[in-house]
Amino acid sequence: MSRSPGRKQENHKISRELFVLTYGALVAQLCKDYEKDEDVNACLDRMGYSIGVRLVDDFLARSAVRKCRSYSETADMIAQVAFKMYLGVTPSVSCSSATGNEFSLILDKNPLVDFVEELPAERASLCYCNLLCGVIRGALEMVHLAAEVTFLQDRLKGDAVTEIGITFLRKPEDRKHKRN
Amino acid sequence: MADEALFLLLHSEMVAGLYRAAEQGEGENGRCTTKLESMGFRVGQGLIERFTKDTARFKDELDIMKFICKDFWTTVFKKQIDNLRTNHQGIYVLQDNKFRLLTQMSAGKQYLEHAPKYLAFTCGLIRGGLSNLGIKSIVTAEVSSMPACE
Repeated sequence: MSRSPGRKQENHKISRELFVLTYGALVAQLCKDYEKDEDVNACLDRMGYSIGVRLVDDFLARSAVRKCRSYSETADMIAQVAFKMYLGVTPSVSCSSATGNEFSLILDKNPLVDFVEELPAERASLCYCNLLCGVIRGALEMVHLAAEVTFLQDRLKGDAVTEIGITFLRKPEDRKHKRN
Repeated sequence: MADEALFLLLHSEMVAGLYRAAEQGEGENGRCTTKLESMGFRVGQGLIERFTKDTARFKDELDIMKFICKDFWTTVFKKQIDNLRTNHQGIYVLQDNKFRLLTQMSAGKQYLEHAPKYLAFTCGLIRGGLSNLGIKSIVTAEVSSMPACE
């Protein structure tokens, strides 16, 4: 076979590009269908949620990680294992609250926007990667951790980095324990 | 590779989302298939450009079809096309006995009426790829028994 050894790398790259291009086509189609940015954002979030709900099974099967004992372990797991596995990047995690339930993932390289130069002027408040928020939210909910996930900073809107904020919402059982 | 799971999920979500939106709005089922196909077209164009950057020039149409069946299909769906038939007059039939996007759905005749929705994107993908290689084409798909399709 006259295949060069670099071919496998290329194939992985192309698979990832397939996903990125498909995502771009999806966002473009949604922009055509919906006029308001909020509708597109909501739609992406909803789709991401459904994907996340199923993706977590795939993730747990492939990674065979142990149970996370704390919110910060969960956030680390998402950043270092899940992101690396599916998108090939490792965001850095920082805890941004004293109560220990707010974290942010800072991505200096976001593969989803590889082919996007800038948002068009009339779509200034579009969260291009809103799917990611939905995916994280859906996945966490399937492991019984309710959370709110939003974009705090977005490179496409001019910020220096892309930052995703995860706020774990306290489960009602925790409060019961505290009372006892 | 994990990327595949992500793409499969995104694809099924796209199909479901588009059809859900169509049900709520006007009941134009044909439009959804066209939208999916045109999305596939855009993606196919871009993908084939990046893919054939370093490959040699193709000798003829048959060569291009063989490329699609082997390299392109392997990269996108991790396997080759099982059977390629042609009448040497411009009609080619590509047969995949275990189409990746359908394996998760069923292994027989169940849900057969839903299968075409999942093939629209791939038809667009092939049409886009061929168009950027200089071939104008019409791509249709047929499913007689999942997960095989032509």
